[in-house]
Amino acid sequence: MVRRPSRRAYWAQWIFLAGLVAIGGLLIVTLGANLARRNMQFGFGFLTAHAGFDIPFHLIGWTESDIYAKALVVSLLNTLLVSAMSIAAATLLGLLVGIMRLSVNWLVRNLALGFVEFVRNTPQLVQIIFWYFAVLQTLPGPRQSIVLPGGFLLNIRGFYVPDLIVQQGAALLPWLAGLLVVATPFAWRLKIGERRAGALALVLPVIALLLLNLAVARVELPALKGFNIAGGVQVPPELVALWAGLTIYATAFIAEIVRSAIEAVPKGQHEAARSLGLRPARVLALIVLPQALRIMVPQLTSQYLNLIKSSTLGTAIAYPEIFQIFAGTVMNQSGKEVEIIIIVMAVFLTVNLLFSAFMNWYNRRVALVER
Amino acid sequence: MQRHLIRFLAFAAVAAATLGLAGAGWAADVKSETIDAIKKRDQLICGVDTGIPGFAFQDSAGKWQGLDIAYCQAIAAAVLGDPGKVKYVGTTAKVRFSVLQSGEIDVLIRDSTHTLTRNTDLGLATGAINFFTGQAFMVKKNLNVAHVKELDGATICLITGTTLERNIADYSRANNIKINTLLFDKSEEAFAAAEAGRCDGYTDDGGSVAAARSAMKTPADWVILPELISREFLGSYCRQGDERWSILVKWVHYAMLEAEVLGITQANVDDIKAKSDNPEVRGFLGLENDYGKFLGVDNDWAYRIVKAVGNYGENYDKYFGPLALPRGWNNLYTNGGLQYPLAWR
Repeated sequence: MVRRPSRRAYWAQWIFLAGLVAIGGLLIVTLGANLARRNMQFGFGFLTAHAGFDIPFHLIGWTESDIYAKALVVSLLNTLLVSAMSIAAATLLGLLVGIMRLSVNWLVRNLALGFVEFVRNTPQLVQIIFWYFAVLQTLPGPRQSIVLPGGFLLNIRGFYVPDLIVQQGAALLPWLAGLLVVATPFAWRLKIGERRAGALALVLPVIALLLLNLAVARVELPALKGFNIAGGVQVPPELVALWAGLTIYATAFIAEIVRSAIEAVPKGQHEAARSLGLRPARVLALIVLPQALRIMVPQLTSQYLNLIKSSTLGTAIAYPEIFQIFAGTVMNQSGKEVEIIIIVMAVFLTVNLLFSAFMNWYNRRVALVER
Repeated sequence: MQRHLIRFLAFAAVAAATLGLAGAGWAADVKSETIDAIKKRDQLICGVDTGIPGFAFQDSAGKWQGLDIAYCQAIAAAVLGDPGKVKYVGTTAKVRFSVLQSGEIDVLIRDSTHTLTRNTDLGLATGAINFFTGQAFMVKKNLNVAHVKELDGATICLITGTTLERNIADYSRANNIKINTLLFDKSEEAFAAAEAGRCDGYTDDGGSVAAARSAMKTPADWVILPELISREFLGSYCRQGDERWSILVKWVHYAMLEAEVLGITQANVDDIKAKSDNPEVRGFLGLENDYGKFLGVDNDWAYRIVKAVGNYGENYDKYFGPLALPRGWNNLYTNGGLQYPLAWR
């Protein structure tokens, strides 16, 4: 046997790697043999076949004659949409509930405790289905819609927002306007010379509004026509229910993360701030939270990644996300289970790895440098 | 590199299988992997619906009932002699074919449409059609809709993983209307959404729509529209590569039809077996000829089927009678329907 420990470790690692490769190869060979035995071809050519089905909610254009590859893109966008909405809402709500957990007020504290314990200990799928049918039962039918000021309609088929029809050739202007609005907070903090831009950045949303004014030809109000509401942009109840379900569930976990991060800030900081005469709310905002928020970034990353993956629970309530459309309808019609599962796993892996890479970069940027 | 390896090994596997089968063909016995496995296991594993009145459902005592279930019991009676030796595996529309392809179940009798794509692309063998119907729509009476063409702009709930989605898209395109769809994984959720008013109606094959209507809170509130927008000829599926098994499954269906043609029911089969000297009846019940042996089972296979579950008409009336679905296409060819057994000789 090899005598030197370092040499042994060296050889052990190579043998282990060879073993892994052998097992992997065996699995692939078995798969190939099984597929052949059942007369099934392995290949990704099916992606160019025509879909022939309708996707009820799509962010980009979709018709029945589009190909399966586009169905993948459309359903992926739906997944990302609900994930982004849920991450934003869950973070804000989680922060709020986490701070409530540490309140001096008995009622506030225990309300938050009750909420967190109840939500954390019940299954997520059950919660999502509850939100869907709770939302459905309370809303009126399309013929008795609730009309909100501004032309918004609310009924069981969804939440209808007036549609802004863009003029011909001005398709890019709304995107530009959106970009300007998103850039405003960054422009606010931009340093011009010695001082920050501050309120000067507000000129950007004004320009955005002017651009929108130029671009919009007319406003299409949603109205009852036949069975359903025609016109307007429809936000389906499936999206709202899934968003609510994912958000509430993640909020409970994020609340606990926030609470533990706040408690991890050394007690001395809090006491010193109080002795300076700062009120508890100011202590939290100026001293404790800036330190706590930095600590919780890695744990928040896990919660966010979990959230992105649990968006697949949308299949239970007919939300057309990637699992329902691609690993559902497309898989059934093309019969290519192995290829589709590989694609779906690769897509999730890519999305999540990119997202966690971003969060890790952010973490490194805001991390406190210890001496 | 791995692609070539897979291809080479696939070729080697197919070559070996061919040689094996060729060698087996020289033997006199009926060689069927699936029949052997069933006999060894002493149990038939039957893939069925998770629960829909008419085809496959569990009653209050937890016992499986339904037209598809009757077929599972008939096959078990034919192969193993006991209709009770069945394990029922409920499958959703999404996974039913994967479960069959992977070998978890022996046969899939789950109100599944026979199509070209499934026969070829999915590598599944089709047997006989046990239920002729088409895609039907069920809408609330108070919508005052009389024809499917009037559903322009309506939202319809349905279950994902079936031929229905494509049919609606094709029909919409052909008739220049737009029918929106809402896809659910499970029928219970689709029914609940339809009840709540999330969609204007529900669609499925004719038999399942009748079943869905019976499952609504007030069935009288719902009307089934007269048009069938597609062909949904439902039957059993087996894996390709085991011909003798799919042949046997096909002839179990013909046996149930033949019993009805010959007027043999569960109640009178013993009587007829003892008394009849009609050569057709005697051959059917196994008193003459070796039809059973040709199929790979005992000669009294058909007698056991009728004794266990009855003939096709009895089962149809038992499970679809309560749903008020007339036999229509599913009547015998002698009565103007499409159900016909092939000749025995």
